[in-house]
Amino acid sequence: MNVLALEFPPVNHLFDWPSIWFDGTLFAINKTVLIYLGSMLVTMVIFTLAGRQRDSLVPSGVQHVAESGVTFVEESVVMQTIGPDGKKFMPFLTTMFFFILFSNITEVIPFLQFPANSRMAIPITLAIVVWCIYNFVGVQSQGFFGYLKNSLFPPGVPKALYIIVTPIELVSTFVVRPFSLAIRLWANMVAGHLLLVTFAILSATMWDAGGPGYAGALVLSWPMLILMTGFEILVSVLQAFIFTILTAVYIGGSMHPEH
Amino acid sequence: MLNLLAETDPGEMLEGLKAIGAGLGYGLAAIGPGIGIGTVVGNAISAMARQPESAGMVRTTMFLGIAFTEALALIGFVVFILLLP
Repeated sequence: MNVLALEFPPVNHLFDWPSIWFDGTLFAINKTVLIYLGSMLVTMVIFTLAGRQRDSLVPSGVQHVAESGVTFVEESVVMQTIGPDGKKFMPFLTTMFFFILFSNITEVIPFLQFPANSRMAIPITLAIVVWCIYNFVGVQSQGFFGYLKNSLFPPGVPKALYIIVTPIELVSTFVVRPFSLAIRLWANMVAGHLLLVTFAILSATMWDAGGPGYAGALVLSWPMLILMTGFEILVSVLQAFIFTILTAVYIGGSMHPEH
Repeated sequence: MLNLLAETDPGEMLEGLKAIGAGLGYGLAAIGPGIGIGTVVGNAISAMARQPESAGMVRTTMFLGIAFTEALALIGFVVFILLLP
């Protein structure tokens, strides 16, 4: 692959990391796994520490982060989509939001600079977990046949149209949803990483070329790299938010069917 | 032009066609979602301007609409990655 006569590495080289420990076994650990473990630890530490200092009335430090995160998920995700009885999903949604956020944001953290969610494994696992949860909630709150009836035969549709609507609903509710959820997160992270890599390589190549290359790197590609880094921070937060809010929408949809 | 085509190695030709297909495919896949996201955000902004007190609800729904619309463009992007030689 050749972009603008640059030595652009093959796409696989950007996302395949060699194993660091336990090479060849099922438990091989590479950079992606380390980032996931790190973001899991950070999420656990933040909420454990914040849960311990419950005496302080005015939140500060870690507790402030945790409390504003919880309030954010409660007000702009749960209350907007599920309603008050969605509060029991708060722990799940909040931890998922922070886990996805921390494993996305490594995209712009210096020396890490790899969004762990640009590998498909964890996004698809999270999406399958979400799939299980919203189907379970649907069966639990409407009964098995009630849930099937409400999701396959949406009310308010003319009878004859069910020939078209039912297969579409079947495929979109039970097959496409988890995949679109996972692909949305994964593809956004892949695209962001490719964008950053392209501009970083462009800057480095121009700088190495010398002469007019210095001007090109300083004026064109380097500011663009900084701009894109800022944009990717936005995308990381937004994708974590969208994953969480879509989960909440799916749970809400199987909790309160349309009438 | 024909001579050039005849001299080209068929494997190389296939690679080139793949690259063209990937580029065109992503470009075409981005048209519809581009228009769609424009419509979603434009209408959300006009709704927020008319009723600033409902901005929170509109913003949430806007992100949902963007997420659903954007999925098509992302599938185009995935095809682009898969087709790259």
